[in-house]
Amino acid sequence: MAEMFTKGMARNIYYGGGVFFFLLLVGLTFDTLRELPQRDHRENITESVARGKALWEENNCIGCHSLMGEGAYFAPELANVFDRYGQGSEENFHQFMQAWMAMQPMPTEGRRKMPQFHLSQQQVADLTDFLIWTSRVNDNDWPPNREG
Amino acid sequence: MKFESQSVAKPYFIFALALFTGQILFGLIMGLQYIIGDFLFPYLPFNVARMVHTNLLIVWLLFGFMGASYYLVPEEAGVELHSPRLARIMFWVFAAAGVATILGYLLVPYAELARLTHNELLPTMGREFLEQPTITKIGIVVVALAFIYNIGMTVLKGRKTVINMVLITGLIGLAVFFLFSFYNPENLVLDKFFWWWVVHLWVEGVWELILGAILAFVLIKVTGVDREVIEKWLYVIIAMALISGLIGMGHHYYWIGPGEYWLWLGSIFSAIEPIPFFMMVMFAFRMVRQRRHQHGNQIATLWALGTAVMAFLGAGVWGFIHTLAPVNYYTHGSQITAAHGHLAFFGAYAMVVMCIISYAMPIMRGRLQGNSPQAQKLETFAFWAMCISMLGITLALTVAGAWQVALQRLPEVGALSFMNTQDKLIPIFWVRELFGVVFFLGLVAYLASFFVGGVKVADRQQQESTEKAAEAVCCGSCN
Ligand code: HEM
Ligand code: HEM
Ligand SMILES: [Fe+2]
Repeated sequence: MAEMFTKGMARNIYYGGGVFFFLLLVGLTFDTLRELPQRDHRENITESVARGKALWEENNCIGCHSLMGEGAYFAPELANVFDRYGQGSEENFHQFMQAWMAMQPMPTEGRRKMPQFHLSQQQVADLTDFLIWTSRVNDNDWPPNREG
Repeated sequence: MKFESQSVAKPYFIFALALFTGQILFGLIMGLQYIIGDFLFPYLPFNVARMVHTNLLIVWLLFGFMGASYYLVPEEAGVELHSPRLARIMFWVFAAAGVATILGYLLVPYAELARLTHNELLPTMGREFLEQPTITKIGIVVVALAFIYNIGMTVLKGRKTVINMVLITGLIGLAVFFLFSFYNPENLVLDKFFWWWVVHLWVEGVWELILGAILAFVLIKVTGVDREVIEKWLYVIIAMALISGLIGMGHHYYWIGPGEYWLWLGSIFSAIEPIPFFMMVMFAFRMVRQRRHQHGNQIATLWALGTAVMAFLGAGVWGFIHTLAPVNYYTHGSQITAAHGHLAFFGAYAMVVMCIISYAMPIMRGRLQGNSPQAQKLETFAFWAMCISMLGITLALTVAGAWQVALQRLPEVGALSFMNTQDKLIPIFWVRELFGVVFFLGLVAYLASFFVGGVKVADRQQQESTEKAAEAVCCGSCN
């Protein structure tokens, strides 16, 4: 690098730039936190939704599936599974989920397998409520279509 | 080795490579599960294999960073390590915690592990990369604190070189941002928002400081280039990393709830994230071209150059191809993501750890000018086998991802379902798996190179004379 550009200048860019952009990130974070309630509809996080999230975590569903595009890529996206199988009705989707969870693992040979988690009806209902809530977060219209 | 205490790095490096081997074996198992869906089911479900694969990766890289720090900080500071005993104790604590956690994943169902470790008291489990039981996370914090204390005291006692200061800043950042793994609110959107403060601010933030510092250290040693020049480069590289990478985190905020301005901020700032990686390539090649002496450890130089190039490809090029919001809309969470994740983690962090191991291990084993030519030859072969096969894996996954997008995401009507799309991709997943096997063979060759004959007497004599000659023209490693 040119001689005129000294190590001291480089150091100042590092400190100045690092601190400035970190503070900018903190500022933007506060702004986002202020805006989020209108986008995530947290008023609809019922106890059942909260329990559903805990079940989602304690069974490591994210180890195969993605949720809002994050997680693993071995099994389908689930942030929009309500849109895919619920036909717009929460009741339909609850029925679908009870049947689906009871059916696992499916016997087709060579097919990717979802384990049997031995959840109670109430637990499946909680998970279902969590997925319904998730599907309604304003996520800038992702995914592009219902296949996820 | 200038200081006796540097040798505490040795068990860290050895254990890191053992975990690396485990990581790859589980990768190969998952690669097969992608093709033969019920392979090893129900004994080893995919999610368990994946946790083992990714957690082993993170833990072995942490072992590598710690080993690197224990080796280079005393040498840079010009003093013995503050407490070699503490470093040795922490090695065993971390190793035991790591092994126990992996065994927990493998031996009991995950829900049972959550129950046994009382996840309900402070729920932190079940999120990607942060699957460890809360008690393990606390253990990680304890180990990290003891480690930073030890390194920090050493830095304080000795010379505060730029490399040492940048390294310790990166390490402190690593520990601080890990604390966000304890924040797991009921609101999934907030959970995801701050999850990235661990993951993104690690790999595209503070870890880049660690990467830059280790690379700069090895380059000083193997090229003998003036420290002033290297330090200036280091500052500019990490400055660009932070300037682009902090707000660049917006590329993860497109589709998980945060507002629309992140589409712009994330796209613009992450689009300049490749620059520091490109500068690393220029830096490494320029320093090697301007080298003041020919170090006997040529393979360490190759690792340094390779790290810069592969990190640029994985993070810079493969990061860029899917980072703009309109592209990411279609590629988000597809095999493209997996392609990038592999080349970036390997090229930047796996390779920099192997780079410092390649430089430091021979010295710790009394081979000051590197391993014997036969050993270096085998290591060179291993280097190319791993790099080329990892590029093969990446290209295969990129093709798979592009095809996945074409079949499943782009069509407005008649899009294939996820599972049907995956069926169509099986031939490409075979290609990935074959390259995975080659990668494994490369790793075996790499491990074998540690056991290839020591330095013969004749070599040593020859080396001693070249060493003397090098010293006469000033090798630069003493400043
Ligand atoms: C033999 C070689 C390897 C094979 C066959 C392999 C296979 C896999 C598979 C199947 C996944 C899961 C993808 C999914 O979620 O559906 C995965 C994830 C991952 N692997 Fe590997 N892997 C290999 C080597 C490596 C290496 C060398 C590294 C890094 C140094 C690595 C880093 C990762 C990372 C970071 C993830 C998570 C990716 C993400 O979330 O996007 N793997 N690997
Ligand atoms: C060495 C540095 C880097 C590493 C180790 C790395 C690793 C990763 C990993 C593992 C993921 C997947 C996370 C998940 O599982 O959800 C990811 C995602 C991503 N990375 Fe990187 N990355 C690096 C640098 C970069 C850079 C420099 C860019 C941009 C130029 C970039 C752009 C992205 C994007 C856009 C995603 C999201 C993909 C998606 O939407 O699915 N990365 N990265
Ligand atoms: Fe990122």
